[in-house]
Amino acid sequence: MIPINYYIILSAILFTIGVTGVLIRRNALIIFMSIELMLNASNLAIVAFSSAIKSFSGQIFVFFVIAVAAAEVAVGLALIVEIFKSKRSIDVDQISSLKG
Amino acid sequence: MTLDLALFLLLSLVAIATALGMLMSRNAVYSALFLVLNFTTVAVFYLLLGAPFIAMAQITVYAGAIMVLFLFVIMLLGAEALPQTNVLPWQRPLAIFLAIILAAEATFLLVTKARPTGDVLQPEAAVNTMDNLRQMGMALFNQYLLPFEVTSVLLLVAMVGAITLTKKEKGERKS
Repeated sequence: MIPINYYIILSAILFTIGVTGVLIRRNALIIFMSIELMLNASNLAIVAFSSAIKSFSGQIFVFFVIAVAAAEVAVGLALIVEIFKSKRSIDVDQISSLKG
Repeated sequence: MTLDLALFLLLSLVAIATALGMLMSRNAVYSALFLVLNFTTVAVFYLLLGAPFIAMAQITVYAGAIMVLFLFVIMLLGAEALPQTNVLPWQRPLAIFLAIILAAEATFLLVTKARPTGDVLQPEAAVNTMDNLRQMGMALFNQYLLPFEVTSVLLLVAMVGAITLTKKEKGERKS
């Protein structure tokens, strides 16, 4: 038997790696992948809690999160392609047109 | 140490290593491939937790569809490696320091305040796939029918949004 705390700690570590990725990387695609990693970490925590209380509601919720993540990726990647078309780069430091 | 625990520790090692590999690698294609392995590992965790349907959805949607989309866009843009530009030299150490604080705090609060009770489901119960699928289906189409339908509308909106974003305007010049 695996104590649920282990799953929670693993989920927190994965989430933190995702946050670090958003903070230190400059490539918009890598930042987007880090966001996916964070979504995944939170899904893992939800499923762990749902197993611990022996309920299916958590799994249904994770199913919806996965569907929303798929929609988010489709729109987000379309936005990145659009940014690349106008700026010729997906470095987030280059996207500074509104800077004073 | 039981077999489950050994499996868990080994898999969590793989999960953390692949996540770090995604973070560190210079080439975006390698990052995407590391992330595929990470998603697959998380799918195995779902199996361990007694959620076979979620595990399969994770593999088909995340490791399959989403990462293929990522790889497709990386290759379409030819943006594997960006030139190294370090605008703020103190940003990276500060970010790592703050991230470690976040990890410690989140772990502490989740473990102490959320009060998760005991152990997770027996893997023997987890392997009983048909039961899980039946219960998921019953819950999804009875209790959660409205959210399910709203999700389909959301997917439709995302599809239309992606098409309109990438479509060329009528008067736009070819670039």
